[in-house]
Amino acid sequence: MIPTIPQPAFVTWCYRAYVTVFFIYLALPLTVVCVFAFNNSVFPSPPWEGFTLAWFFGTEAPFIGVFNERSIMRSIGTSAFVALWVSGLAVTVGTCNAFLFVRHEFRGKALLYMLMLLPLIIPGVILGISILVFSSAIANTLEDATGLWFDGLRPGLILVILGQFSFITTFATLVISARLQKFDPSLEEAALNLGATKLGTVRQITLPFLMPAILASAIVSVLMSFENFNTTLMLVGSDSPLTITMFDKLKQGSTPVLNAVSLLLIVISAVLGLFSLFFPQRRG
Amino acid sequence: MRSDASKLGFYLLLAPILLWLVVLIILPHVGLFVVSISEKVGPREYQTGLGNYATFFGEPLYWRTFARTAIMSILATALTLILGFPIAYYIAKLSRGRTKTTLFLMCMIPFWVSELVRTFGWMILLRETGVISTGLQNLGLISGPIELLYNDAAIMVGLVYTSILFMVVPLVTTLDSLDDSLIEAGYDLGGTTVSIMREIVIPHAMPGIVSGCIVVFMLSLGNYLTPILLGGKDSLWFTGMIYTQFITRFNWELGSALGFLLLGLSSAIVFLGLKLSKQSLSNTMGRA
Repeated sequence: MIPTIPQPAFVTWCYRAYVTVFFIYLALPLTVVCVFAFNNSVFPSPPWEGFTLAWFFGTEAPFIGVFNERSIMRSIGTSAFVALWVSGLAVTVGTCNAFLFVRHEFRGKALLYMLMLLPLIIPGVILGISILVFSSAIANTLEDATGLWFDGLRPGLILVILGQFSFITTFATLVISARLQKFDPSLEEAALNLGATKLGTVRQITLPFLMPAILASAIVSVLMSFENFNTTLMLVGSDSPLTITMFDKLKQGSTPVLNAVSLLLIVISAVLGLFSLFFPQRRG
Repeated sequence: MRSDASKLGFYLLLAPILLWLVVLIILPHVGLFVVSISEKVGPREYQTGLGNYATFFGEPLYWRTFARTAIMSILATALTLILGFPIAYYIAKLSRGRTKTTLFLMCMIPFWVSELVRTFGWMILLRETGVISTGLQNLGLISGPIELLYNDAAIMVGLVYTSILFMVVPLVTTLDSLDDSLIEAGYDLGGTTVSIMREIVIPHAMPGIVSGCIVVFMLSLGNYLTPILLGGKDSLWFTGMIYTQFITRFNWELGSALGFLLLGLSSAIVFLGLKLSKQSLSNTMGRA
């Protein structure tokens, strides 16, 4: 079945119909989430009661909008804090890994590469509990030995950051390595011939070349961190990131304020996602 | 690599990755295993033994949930492949230029949106007072509200929805690399659509099929949100049990054992998938 080989009209028609239905299936849940963010009712369900922006800007109960709901605004702040740390750490380590895997030959490279990929095939919940168990064991040992408190090793933002970092780094490494592989080494040689130092060459030639991949992986890391649920759930302390707050509210029974947050998330992640796709190509 | 300076550079590059892998991946999993084989005999007193694993096999609730999670994940993977393959083929082979980019992007957008939002969307659609139930009533197809949420079919719809992108994307990539002239040659030589699919397209797409299936299976197995929110009170999922042992019951020893079993199952399936298709982990995952 390719365009140059004619097929019976009926078959083509059925195929098109299936593709259409599929895309409706894809769009449906996100569409209803967005639509009901504007419904003038306290439940995110039909019937349609009229258009309102109260779920964004409302100040009077029960119509308290997102921007005036303190628990949600605070958790967005928490998520942003976590995401920036995770993204910064993952991109830094990812860049180092890219140089290591692309530029160096050493014994055990294949094994190390495989270990680097492992976080992709470990379920997020397991990643979360293993870090929880390990850090608590360390905290217990240290506290028994010194009599001091080590709250940083108990469930909380530090563990959330480490937990998300532990698997997002793999993605950053893959994206940045792919770009580094396309780099023409003669550019670096030219810089070295012209008297640049090794570090100066990397800073002025190689890193600018990698910049699109670095930025793209930074954006993808922020997105992945923002929406991570499984690993975060196991490691979260008293400050909960957005997904955890939304999950708690969803279990209690939802109001359209959740639709409003979701709409914002959809818009922001679609914009960031498109940006991460097109950015590397523009400077290709 | 011969000079001391570049040797130093090499070790400086090696340090972060070793720190990351050893401290955050390897040691925690060793720790998890150690906790899973320790039994509590008194307050802060433990002894080594396989008691937690014995509890798992002795208590039908645990191993039945385990089996149920595995079977439903396999089913979700198969469904995702069957539903996703025609879409990937359409995007890779039957659409061109701008249409192709648009369709591909439309597939990607739901993947960027938080799983929580996607699941919330399904809740609005499927619940008793939801969009589908109300819509059907308005059309006069049903007389009273129907509850479509809180059953296994709802879980399946959610699982397929959440993971279909991870199937479509690798499939599009591999199908894109298949030259149209090979398919034409197949037709010229008298092949039928079915035989060309079986002998040319599917063998070529195998790496994509395997990596898609592995990712989808893992995502389903390790999923927590979808089964908890879309499934009813009786729709148990293994990750939910692990969560209960850890956070609600505070029985970390049993929780670790359950966690290790889940990890074992998911690794076994990944290994099996790679062996059956003669692919390696670096080949399949490295291209993601």
